[in-house]
Amino acid sequence: MSEYILEMKQITKEFTGVKALSGVNFKVEKGEIHCLVGENGAGKSTLMKILSGVYPYGTYEGDIVFNGEVQRFNKINDSVEAGIVIIYQELALFPDLPVYENIFIGNEVNHGGVLDFNQTIVESKRLLEKVNLKVNPETLIKDLGVGKQQLIEIAKALSKDVKLLILDEPTAALNEDDSENLLSLLRELKKQGITCIMISHKLKEVISIADKATVIRDGETICTLDAAKGEINENTIIKNMVGREIEDIYPKRAKKDFGDNVLELSNWTAYDPQLGRNVSKNVNLHVRKGEIVGIAGLMGSGRTELALSIFGNSKSYKIQGDLYVEGRPVLLRHTEQAIKAGIAYVTEDRKGDGLFLLQDIKNNISAANLKGISANGVINENEEIKVADHYKTSIGIKASSIQQVVGNLSGGNQQKVSLSKWLFVGPKLLILDEPTRGIDVGAKFEIYSVMNELIAQGMSIIMISSELGEVLGMSDRIYVMAEGEIKGELSAAEADQEKIMQLATQ
Amino acid sequence: MKLLNEAKHLIKDNIRDYGMYIALLVIMVTFTILTDGLFMSSRNISNLLDSAGYIAVLAVGVMLVIVIRHIDLSIGFLAGFLGAIAAILLMQVGMPVYIVIPIILVLGIAAGSITGILVAKVGIPAFVATLAGWLIYRGAILLATEKTGTIIIDDDMFNAIGNGYIPSLMVVGGVHLLSLLVGALAIVFYIYSMIKNRRNKIKYNFEVVSKEIFILQLVFVSAIIGYITWVLASYNGLSWTVIIMLLVVFIYHFITTKTVLGRHIYAVGSNPEAAHLSGINVSKITLLVFGSMGMLSALSGILYTSRLQSATTTAGTLFELDAIAAAFVGGVSAAGGVGKVTGAIIGALVMATLTNGMNLMGVGIAPQYIIRGGVLALAVIFDVYTRKQRA
Repeated sequence: MSEYILEMKQITKEFTGVKALSGVNFKVEKGEIHCLVGENGAGKSTLMKILSGVYPYGTYEGDIVFNGEVQRFNKINDSVEAGIVIIYQELALFPDLPVYENIFIGNEVNHGGVLDFNQTIVESKRLLEKVNLKVNPETLIKDLGVGKQQLIEIAKALSKDVKLLILDEPTAALNEDDSENLLSLLRELKKQGITCIMISHKLKEVISIADKATVIRDGETICTLDAAKGEINENTIIKNMVGREIEDIYPKRAKKDFGDNVLELSNWTAYDPQLGRNVSKNVNLHVRKGEIVGIAGLMGSGRTELALSIFGNSKSYKIQGDLYVEGRPVLLRHTEQAIKAGIAYVTEDRKGDGLFLLQDIKNNISAANLKGISANGVINENEEIKVADHYKTSIGIKASSIQQVVGNLSGGNQQKVSLSKWLFVGPKLLILDEPTRGIDVGAKFEIYSVMNELIAQGMSIIMISSELGEVLGMSDRIYVMAEGEIKGELSAAEADQEKIMQLATQ
Repeated sequence: MKLLNEAKHLIKDNIRDYGMYIALLVIMVTFTILTDGLFMSSRNISNLLDSAGYIAVLAVGVMLVIVIRHIDLSIGFLAGFLGAIAAILLMQVGMPVYIVIPIILVLGIAAGSITGILVAKVGIPAFVATLAGWLIYRGAILLATEKTGTIIIDDDMFNAIGNGYIPSLMVVGGVHLLSLLVGALAIVFYIYSMIKNRRNKIKYNFEVVSKEIFILQLVFVSAIIGYITWVLASYNGLSWTVIIMLLVVFIYHFITTKTVLGRHIYAVGSNPEAAHLSGINVSKITLLVFGSMGMLSALSGILYTSRLQSATTTAGTLFELDAIAAAFVGGVSAAGGVGKVTGAIIGALVMATLTNGMNLMGVGIAPQYIIRGGVLALAVIFDVYTRKQRA
């Protein structure tokens, strides 16, 4: 009988009448890497918030047994003291502080309240070595990439004498290299006896790293799979997550001939005065009517920057080169002009710069095209309701009504709202930046289906994506970017994972 | 029983909105009891509304500024300064009122736009830009009144804005007919728009309150409008200040709830980045909101100067903080994107009622400040608490 470091027994948590978790049992053995998988809204994060004391003892039912003792965490510090550290998807680092201060923030090396910087730096170096990160501890966080920042978070956790490390989608923002790096670090830590719980949407990662995987669906534990018994594979996990078999997650669309160029860029170079370098270099690309063009590349390869420079130059880059919409050269100085020219951009960060979270679905959908439902500046609310209802049904936004506040929707439904907003604008070219990031398999399929429908209606799509499967499954043609340049162009027929990665890492 | 339950739910779900009205009602009833009915007398209510006017219009403007995540500290002295300019134009230059008022309003828009440019285009934090404005306008008002000291205004038309009443048409048994008529029209308009709104909601299968509650709501609000009109009509009728206040509320309520511009303002407030990426010109909206703030400051200055029938060297002192306090009592959120015109007005009325009621009771100025501070803190605590409950 192996030893459990953590047992969560019959955990039930309600939010004003809605059961987020009902009788969840979750057991983690000492020294294993245990993955927690489930669709968005299944209750994974809630469970982890209970474990880390964000939801204090008394607000839930059930028991937490950690290290053989029943625990009652009243606040986050209680769980940290017990040796449980959680690293959230959104990193909690201070960009303007150096690495060493970040590692020891809240846990400062001090003598009677006076900081000991020398000791802090020495300790930081030791911790950085542990996470295989070679940076000067005096570097500012903002000067590091996301991958390295993630490692700093882990170093921070190690500084607290962690026994159980919880990672909430640690690789969501990482490129494949950094992800692999992180996973091998987790294996390393496992050898040192640190138990790890990882929430992840990336099944490949789960398969490669997990000793056990627990699937949660609709607030209940569905099963715990054991790698040693060969139970952890894509089909089994997906089947348990959604409760149904998914045959093909990339819906087919009828092949057809493409029309003329909708968008063309020639020798497009964008200089970012804030960064002091070119974010796009000499880009030449074209998108034809009725085509899905994938833009692959690693994080930081300049894909989002390219999209923003096309979409009304939101970041005020200095631009050289020409942009043609349907063959005519145009100059787009503001997002307003880009929208008028028929270009729409669905952001990768829907919560940060995509949606108005405090407003309802209706207001969000109409936000970019209020002119379409108003006369003389006065909004026709009936028309607005019709429009919102139309998209709610046709895109399949799951909500009680179009008056529901967007902030309360799940990630997938938020993405659908974001998409609806732009469909209502009726663009010729839709730029989708990471359209399925952080959303569950079911919602992904629905979004792919919508994309196919749009193409059938004669729209064109640029899809920026870090998921190779998605790029390969959906695109008619693929550009691969690295360091702000287009490193290669592949047709759907010739493209495969190896070729893309080869170009992306040039 | 069912009715009672529904009412309970309704109040629970809309506690933030109703809370303000309930608070105002409670405060008014309390003062009425404490002053043996003196508070509710026609004369006092009329006086109370007139004295709330110049802060109320500022509160509406600054509410919008706070909605787009900025602040404006310069509005008090700007109002005072423009009031002084109005007095100079009237008395020393000898311009007629109907020219002076548009000039002052345009000057207000210009002053607000300058702040707007500094904030939106140059990128100076609003706090700093308007603090500079606070100092500049404070100096300007002293400069304007330096030679003459207080400027007495003897233009009847101008003074009527802050002290006069609409013509009565006919007085029947001591009641002013036109004022009653305006009140009756308001009630009809209210009932009409509520019924239209409800029909629409039913048409689109939105949740609506039951018929009984709906009728209760109509009767209740109509009764209040009716009562206040009656009270005012049996004194001197509706004052020009009240009419101006109502117009400002009506126009701004319409703009914020029904127009593209209003939607854009709230969009910029709730998420500036998303607004920009939705094709909304954030700096244009910022400029407009500060421009409107400047215009309302000018209006506030006109109301105040006219009420005092003179421009003084200290006019406008602390108006900005009273207005900001009123906006917060009225439920605007410092985090941006949340706030209502009706809220700002109710907030201004709550604050004015407190001052008026305590004055009637002879409460000293020191406890008055402390009590008003306490009410402001309570309102915001209540706000934060109810928001948490819902989240």
